[in-house]
Amino acid sequence: MQFLQLVISGVAQGCIYGLIALGFVLIYKATETVSFAQGELMMLGAFGGLVAMTMLGFPYWLAVIAVLLAMVAFGVLLERLVIRPILGQPAFSIVMLTIGIGYVARGLITMIPGIGTDTNALPVPYKDEILKFGGNEMGIGALVLNVEHLVIIGATGILCALLFALFRYSKLGIAMQAASQNQLAAYYMGIPVQRLNGIAWGLAAAVAAIAGLLLAPITFVHANMGFIGLKAFPAAVVGGFGSLPGAIVGGLVIGMVESLAGFYLPDGFKDTAAYVVVLIMLMVKPNGLFGEKLRKKV
Amino acid sequence: MRFIFKTDYAQDINLAKHGGHVFWYSVLMVFLLAAPWLLTEYSLAQLNLVLIYAIAGLGLMLLAGFTGQFSLGHAAFLGVGAYTQAYLTGVGLPFLLSLGISGFLSALIGIVVGLPALRLKGIYLGMATLSFGFIIEEVFARWESVTGGNAGKSVAAIKMFGHDIGGGEGFYFVCLVITVACTLGILNLLRSPTGRAFVAIRDSEISAQSMGIHLAYYKTLSFSISAALAGFAGALYAHNLRFISPDQFNLLQSIDLLLMIVIGGLGSVHGVFLGAIFLIILPQGISAMKEFLPEFIGQAPGLKNVIYGTVLIAFVLFEPLGLYGRWLKVRTYLQMFPFYRKGMFKRQKSFQKSDRLK
Repeated sequence: MQFLQLVISGVAQGCIYGLIALGFVLIYKATETVSFAQGELMMLGAFGGLVAMTMLGFPYWLAVIAVLLAMVAFGVLLERLVIRPILGQPAFSIVMLTIGIGYVARGLITMIPGIGTDTNALPVPYKDEILKFGGNEMGIGALVLNVEHLVIIGATGILCALLFALFRYSKLGIAMQAASQNQLAAYYMGIPVQRLNGIAWGLAAAVAAIAGLLLAPITFVHANMGFIGLKAFPAAVVGGFGSLPGAIVGGLVIGMVESLAGFYLPDGFKDTAAYVVVLIMLMVKPNGLFGEKLRKKV
Repeated sequence: MRFIFKTDYAQDINLAKHGGHVFWYSVLMVFLLAAPWLLTEYSLAQLNLVLIYAIAGLGLMLLAGFTGQFSLGHAAFLGVGAYTQAYLTGVGLPFLLSLGISGFLSALIGIVVGLPALRLKGIYLGMATLSFGFIIEEVFARWESVTGGNAGKSVAAIKMFGHDIGGGEGFYFVCLVITVACTLGILNLLRSPTGRAFVAIRDSEISAQSMGIHLAYYKTLSFSISAALAGFAGALYAHNLRFISPDQFNLLQSIDLLLMIVIGGLGSVHGVFLGAIFLIILPQGISAMKEFLPEFIGQAPGLKNVIYGTVLIAFVLFEPLGLYGRWLKVRTYLQMFPFYRKGMFKRQKSFQKSDRLK
């Protein structure tokens, strides 16, 4: 039971990592760049939810939709204003640029008087509900499930299905796949590559916001919650940078390893387990579990 | 404008291209030597920090700016140097010997990191070094018998030939000598075949390989030299602060180092120093500026982050060559005065080439 319990909480945590990693991968596939601001986008999403629910008094579902729309707009805007001017520059400059965006986002949120420096609880309708399975009458040995964890797992599943459908069946998704394989060729075929890049950023921001809204009930909403994005890098690498299912699988692997390491290994391994896994992965199979194989050219 | 007619191969690699260089660097050297008598104690301490960061920056510049391998975990090497120095001088080893060992140990760890990193590039290398940084930070926090754990470790003042050098002027001269030695070392390295091999690897790995450059050897070499310099800087950093704890060597410190070389100007040794000066002055500029701002902005806790981020974004967007690039443009403008045209340094726009196929 203990083991199952650990696995389920690991899976829930892993889903969060996976969702953030999904953002990395969406952006990486579309624009060939890596966004270090993904964790901060998640933080912005969570704060958006907080503002919508507590200050504006929106009901849960309305708040979620409002935050998603706002974050899509924000992502598109971000791409248009800061990312597009330096497309074609070395990957290193975009890494630095997104680190800068992360700094600004964290700083601006901290500057908001009142909620910026506090840790806030997000008032979701399913907070602190618990399901119990099995065990004896005293409840010993029972499998205790947090509804919050189940919601995370369920929402991730639905989101994955939606993304799969988008990339498999819609014209937009197929165009995005084409652009991600070869931007120049896609451009010649009449695909508006730049607009698609904007959409990819918007999509990544929305996915990050969902992760933030799902994570908020477990932890708290605070300005530094975006640092969890650093755990999502290992997830993306383990899955293979550039593979959407890989991101989720990598997230699950990292989440479970972390949860099990936290329980079975001595103190201090929990925080580094993800990075040990990623180092081993890079040594053994640098392209990740689902990485694409491409030949080198001069 | 000065035209230099090269009549000799040696002129290609001269460190000082003409008399003007010799003159201005001599002036700089005289100023630096006289600095303890010209500056206040506080500014001298800041100058010390600039020198220390410049040593670490030289290492990172060699790796990121000249070999094209960027590292997100460089603060870990700084930490290795600092803790080794703190431990060895605590045991009673003389300063110079422990400084050498700190650099050597950092270089060894650099090789250990560099070897698996040979197969990686771009963002994967970033991930590997990032992970390495996190793991080392955890080691610092957990290996309490050596590092003092999260409580930190105090470091003795420098002792040299039996004399206590302490802080202030003595320490400044120690830093200055080491910085000048490292700078000359890097400059000479860069004009040697090794340095050209580094630059060739940065520009195109495959072309470099086809010219007969042993990729694995040079990449590892670059990693180890870079780590050694960071180790030296860390050792001096430990003596400067007299107290070290694991959170001084975290990811934010690594990012600070990267920020420094990006703002200074990637791929130039001048840029390291400009970046280090900028990095030390920026927080003070911010606190000086706070008084002129309305209170709700000036006193807000996130102001420093916002300014850091904005500066970084502005440099990447508008001045990718950094402060040194800005200086080059100003100089070109002055030299060509009436004939300078707008857009001489304009970058070409293009669809990017796929990294995945490179």
